[in-house]
Amino acid sequence: MNPVLKLLLEGGHLSTAQMAQVVGLSEAEVQQHLEQLKKDKIFLGWRPVLDLSRAEAAGAAVRAVIEVKVTPERGGGFNRLAERLARFDEVESCYLMSGGYDLLVFVDGSSLQKVAAFVSEKLSTLEGVLSTSTHFMLRSYKEGGFLIDQNEASSTRLTVTP
Amino acid sequence: MSVDSKRWVAGHVAALPKSGIRDFFELVAKMKGQDVISLGVGEPDFVTPWHIREAAIYALEKGKTYYTSNLGMIELRRAIAGYVSEHFNVSYKPESEILVTVGVSEAIDLALRALCNPGDKVMYHQPCYVSYHPSVALVHAQGVAVPTFAKDHFALTAEALRAAWVPGCKILMLNLPCNPTGGTCDRVQLEAIAAFCREKDLLVMSDEIYSELTFEGTHTSIASLPGMQERTIFLHGFSKAFAMTGWRIGYACGPEPLIDAMMKVHQYTMLCASIIAQEAALEALLRGWDSVCKMRDQYHRRRDLVVRRFNEIGLICHAPRGSFYAFPSTQNMGVSEKDFAVGLLREEKVAVVPGSAFGANGLGHVRACFATSYEQLIVACDRIERYAGTLRK
Ligand SMILES: Cc1ncc(COP(=O)(O)O)c(C=O)c1O
Repeated sequence: MNPVLKLLLEGGHLSTAQMAQVVGLSEAEVQQHLEQLKKDKIFLGWRPVLDLSRAEAAGAAVRAVIEVKVTPERGGGFNRLAERLARFDEVESCYLMSGGYDLLVFVDGSSLQKVAAFVSEKLSTLEGVLSTSTHFMLRSYKEGGFLIDQNEASSTRLTVTP
Repeated sequence: MSVDSKRWVAGHVAALPKSGIRDFFELVAKMKGQDVISLGVGEPDFVTPWHIREAAIYALEKGKTYYTSNLGMIELRRAIAGYVSEHFNVSYKPESEILVTVGVSEAIDLALRALCNPGDKVMYHQPCYVSYHPSVALVHAQGVAVPTFAKDHFALTAEALRAAWVPGCKILMLNLPCNPTGGTCDRVQLEAIAAFCREKDLLVMSDEIYSELTFEGTHTSIASLPGMQERTIFLHGFSKAFAMTGWRIGYACGPEPLIDAMMKVHQYTMLCASIIAQEAALEALLRGWDSVCKMRDQYHRRRDLVVRRFNEIGLICHAPRGSFYAFPSTQNMGVSEKDFAVGLLREEKVAVVPGSAFGANGLGHVRACFATSYEQLIVACDRIERYAGTLRK
């Protein structure tokens, strides 16, 4: 496996200079690997993981998960509709699901009204959408692999041990 | 009125040297609050995987707060039998050939107490884990150190064993991969050692606590070689591979009469290992392997990083095939390993352990543990490079 990809999968954040040291390549080579991964559309991009409930983060004040039932099309299945839906800025992630509904859509918005408007005016009026069921998120306990408000006392390790 | 309390201390205990690790710990402790990066540790930086911790919490909730069988919970011994058979290729009966202990530390102590008469000789390769010689001395046995060398990447050779052997040697203690050198033996070397043990009728105590952290090739247990299971006590535990040092769980596997003798000592002195820790260990064996592999892969990359940097800096060192220790030579630095370690701590605030703490054969080396984050390792290497630069001027 691409050594840079292996490192990315560990989930820590290192600068390219640090990555270069860890995998034993030059910075330019690490950069090249990253470019290649982007070109191959394996590595889609960077973004910070924030606790969006904090005022300072001022991100999405309201987040919703929406279950969407749709009519599949002959030939294209769910793809055409899902791809169209995914292009809206409000849509944070969008997945095709097995089970009781077809698409699961994560939506971010700055207010309840904005999210509600997106669902009623855009999402549910798309041709092929049969029904939606919207759930608002109340609180986050873990975000992108990071625990929120829970500390691990890992620094109690002694400095010199046998 | 002053009483000399010291005179009550037993002679063989008073005679034990103070651990070099302890000395260094005190030195580092004095620098509290000074942004010291410690490569002086002997344990993982990872916390125990959550599913293992959660299993212990669940056990507590279910009221599992009693003593267990002296040998340890039978479910755990069965899981150990399965694990050892799968990973080490040796079969032990969970009912009579496996004893759960309070860390490998207790298992070593039990084996020595159960097997040594005063004056018996116990061989061990050196540099070695700091407890080996004191544990031997505490049972009034005599230690016989067998040197291992940097030129062999600190693998134990049958030739060195033969050269060090003296009449009266009864036990050989092995620790492969080795703390502090990271040295291991390949199958051929191990076969030669096994042949020597059979020739001299030596019993082997094989401490394989770092075996899962083998980076190249597969780990071979001496117990799995022909004719060796009957003369080997296999010692293993959860501290390193499962990041469970604080839980204090280990185990010994071996021929029934030997496990029985160890159990006798264990039942009168320890009774049993903590039930909560045993529950956690069971969970580790049943569902912990993925975590072990993930941690091992990270140690592997960290090893490559520090070994490359050390060699660039002039701290010559081989890539340890196992464990999380690098054991570079300080001979190019123009100072003793002790002065190097003390100077590095004072000037650049990086702690490594002088090799002499691990026996005379560790002179001229330092132990650097790479169970620390990439970021910290990179900064530590930069600081070491700066310090080495000032020495060479
Ligand atoms: C070689 C060796 N054996 C035994 C131990 C002790 O292990 P435990 O935590 O299982 O008592 C250590 C710990 O550093 C070690 O390095």
